[in-house]
Amino acid sequence: MTGSNLLVDVKLSNGKTIQVQTGLFINNEFVVGDYTLDTVNPATGEVITAVQAADTPKVDEAVDAAENAYQTVWKDTLPTERQRLMLRLADLIERDAEELAQIETLDNGKPFTNSKFVDVPALLGTLRYYAGFADKLYGKLINTQVGTSLVDREPYGVCAGILPWNFPLSMLGWKLGPALVTGNVIIIKTSEITPLSALKVAALAKEAGFAPGVIQIITGYGKTAGTALSRHMRVSKLAFTGSTMVGREIMKASADTNLKKVTLELGGKSPNIIFNDADIDQAVKFAHRGIYYNQGQICCAGSRIYVQEGVYDQFVKGLQAAATTGKSGDPFDLTTMHGPLVSQMQFDRVMDYIESGKAEGAHVHTGGKRVGDKGYFIEPTIFTDVKPEMKIVKEEIFGPVAVVTKFKDEDDVVRLANDTVYGLASAVFTKDIDRALTVAKRIQAGTVWVNGYNLLENETPFGGYGQSGIGRENGEMGLDNYLQYKTIKINLNVKL
Amino acid sequence: MSLPDIQTLTLPNGKTIDTHTFLFINNEFVAGHGPMIDTVNPTTEEVICSVHSADESDVDAAVQAAATCFETTWRKVAPAQRGRLINKLADLIERDIEHFAHLEALDNGKTVAVARDIDITDSVACFRYFAGWADKIHGKTVDTTFDKMCYTRHEPIGVVAAVTPWNYSVQMPVWKLAPALAAGNTIVLKSSEVTPLGILHLAALVKEAGFPPGVLNVVTGYGHITGNALTKHPLVAKVAFTGSTATGRRIMESSAASSTLKKIQLELGGKSAQIVCADADLPHAAAQACQGIFNNHGQSCNAGTRIFVQEAVHDDFLALFLEETKKLKVGDPFEDGIHQGPQINKVQFEKILGYIDLGVKEGATIALGGKRVGTKGYFVEPTVFVNCTNNMRIMREEIFGPVVCIGKFSTVDEAIALANDSEYGLAGGVYTKDVNVAIKVSNEMHAGTVWVNCFDVFDQSTPFGGVKNSGFGKELGKYALLEYLNVKTVKFQLMDI
Repeated sequence: MTGSNLLVDVKLSNGKTIQVQTGLFINNEFVVGDYTLDTVNPATGEVITAVQAADTPKVDEAVDAAENAYQTVWKDTLPTERQRLMLRLADLIERDAEELAQIETLDNGKPFTNSKFVDVPALLGTLRYYAGFADKLYGKLINTQVGTSLVDREPYGVCAGILPWNFPLSMLGWKLGPALVTGNVIIIKTSEITPLSALKVAALAKEAGFAPGVIQIITGYGKTAGTALSRHMRVSKLAFTGSTMVGREIMKASADTNLKKVTLELGGKSPNIIFNDADIDQAVKFAHRGIYYNQGQICCAGSRIYVQEGVYDQFVKGLQAAATTGKSGDPFDLTTMHGPLVSQMQFDRVMDYIESGKAEGAHVHTGGKRVGDKGYFIEPTIFTDVKPEMKIVKEEIFGPVAVVTKFKDEDDVVRLANDTVYGLASAVFTKDIDRALTVAKRIQAGTVWVNGYNLLENETPFGGYGQSGIGRENGEMGLDNYLQYKTIKINLNVKL
Repeated sequence: MSLPDIQTLTLPNGKTIDTHTFLFINNEFVAGHGPMIDTVNPTTEEVICSVHSADESDVDAAVQAAATCFETTWRKVAPAQRGRLINKLADLIERDIEHFAHLEALDNGKTVAVARDIDITDSVACFRYFAGWADKIHGKTVDTTFDKMCYTRHEPIGVVAAVTPWNYSVQMPVWKLAPALAAGNTIVLKSSEVTPLGILHLAALVKEAGFPPGVLNVVTGYGHITGNALTKHPLVAKVAFTGSTATGRRIMESSAASSTLKKIQLELGGKSAQIVCADADLPHAAAQACQGIFNNHGQSCNAGTRIFVQEAVHDDFLALFLEETKKLKVGDPFEDGIHQGPQINKVQFEKILGYIDLGVKEGATIALGGKRVGTKGYFVEPTVFVNCTNNMRIMREEIFGPVVCIGKFSTVDEAIALANDSEYGLAGGVYTKDVNVAIKVSNEMHAGTVWVNCFDVFDQSTPFGGVKNSGFGKELGKYALLEYLNVKTVKFQLMDI
């Protein structure tokens, strides 16, 4: 089988037929893998297609190709040319935006309106933002007693990125952008649950003119392809987004092999804090966005909601109303707000958490049940009467399940909010400037939103405190993950 | 009956090319109320066409447009969107590169190839470089005491007045437009009355790219009318000027006379020294040094017009240098194979010939050139003076033509002293293989740019701008952004709640 045989026709629920690529993208070619796996449409539970997948042999091939590409081409590619290629890729993604959005919704289940108006534009924005950095990576000139030192920043060479399934295209951008602009080559392993949209981007990377081996995209299980990458002696840096549990495995693999630099963007149980003087209407809307957007499948979801006594009843009433209005259904239906969870396994996991909540004595204020009997749909759910020790309060559910707690004052809620192993994000809703800034300073999280939630932008860094991760993505700080300092110290003054 | 904005010009090969001739205010080409200005083709000495110029009322209209746009529109455009517009403009300039190159060859006299491959190519790259900065302009948060939250905002200044020269009539404006726009400012540009055409096409592309009206305004005109009105206009917040030191002083005086103080940036003249050490790769140094002085017909602020050669290699270097210089073909800028077109106009032409006479009177020796070429067009032979000493006027004053002055030195310390013995401090260069000499010279030279084993080499990310009478402020690189931003400190006192 060759590249053209690996293109498969797929029919969408709206009757249209699109083509999806199923090969591994190695050295600018789509090739057969070491095995295949099936990818499922979560709206129907049916298999979309089998895709080629990688184990150690194909990973080795990709690393060889990456190394060759770096040494013979990319290392000597001018920054302005890196920028030009990245902008060209962005333009091609924009050209094929509709198709990419369709593939994203088919494979992930997120509503098509989200894929089209949020996910694809997010990928575009990230690539365009980072492209602009290409010729702006200043080092420092430091004069000392010994002489003059040039502190340069250099790329690692061969990097790897392991993506999650919750935002396949957007997370692809978060890895490609900073890696490429800093002069690295990169091998991307997609999530085995959502392999399709990145493969379309791979074809566009080739069309844009990237040399073979600069960008490579492989499908595979974590245990096979992921392990092979994280243990590879010639991958110098690996960026992982996914669960905390797998993050630990990645770090262990690095420790066990070549001490490759590892950055991790992991889970969270982020607190969303609403004070008495908040704009309650906005707080409700943002809280809804915080936990039910993307079916709650967001690392920084505002899954623990803390509401001050004075506005508790009003807020909960508002959130319940919001939670029960959005339509769950076919993600290609333009009026659908909630798509399915991404897989049977995730569906089961979330339903288990709901059962555990009930078993531990929490009250299902709304939701808690499956929607329909086909596809992995779960009702937006609110638990009240929760206690900090409950599993549903401590553990990341990664579904549309909010736990709501009443609090008394700032000290009370800061203590509750910080009582977690995680620290990815948080929010505080208040009109009082002192309260907003003081609470923001006290919360132990990588992002604190003031009067908003799930507002992610390219210019500002994102990442976790505690067990939510290591390192930051986005913003100028996102570049730090892909560069290493070299000090060139010229001795002018010391004679032995 | 007055002529319309668009005029059709005939090129030497018989083809025609259109040019705008009006002022550009609020995204429209409008007639001016100042005197009509004839722009002359320095190759033929004939008038190309007449352009409108701006009087005080036109300047006021342009500044008002820029000020209104800044307050009501431009400051509300998202930074990433600014970046996209600037990139779009770069694409359009690239699309029209031949058009620009031909206008420049007609109006300025530089060759079509140089205009295309250097001036306009560099202008495209400059816009693309600064487009990338638009959404990356950060302030800082500052730790002070625990009860305060402090940060700095890097804000656009407002209306920028740019006054630009004729030697790179599109590129010099672009060096100002690019960082000014990326930083969120609006602009009123007074181009050189000697070369008004190229920048008017750029103005048309600004509109085509989708910039809101008033972001860029172009007011052609004389320095004493248009420039004066612009640099003292109360609503102008910053003046960026490139040109002669004498005019730079007048700009400072004019701005000081205004009711509102302005931030000022000056990129002025130079008499840059190239130091050739005995251990230099002489053929390489000769080739670089030749370009370093004769590029752009010697009409570069940073031209390496004084060359100091270490005694031991003086004669060998001179022989190689003369060989390189003889390769320069002088002629019609529209012809293939030409390196050097005419000087810009009669005034400059006569000034250069005057300095050549002076040099001979002062006791320097002409090793090559020294005369006009032909009888029509302001062509001057690439001219090499030797036996020059630093006290000669030809070694101290900026000639701004294809005239280089060569002297000798014995020690590196002496060379540095000779190089620094100048009222100017724009650039300098040293040719050597010894790392210690390279670092010593580059550390001790009083100059804004020091080139080592090269000359007149530019990149978008390295800042450029001189010291002493060569001016102050930087263009290009991240440093240029600071020239177009105000730093505001914000301090929140947190109160117990």
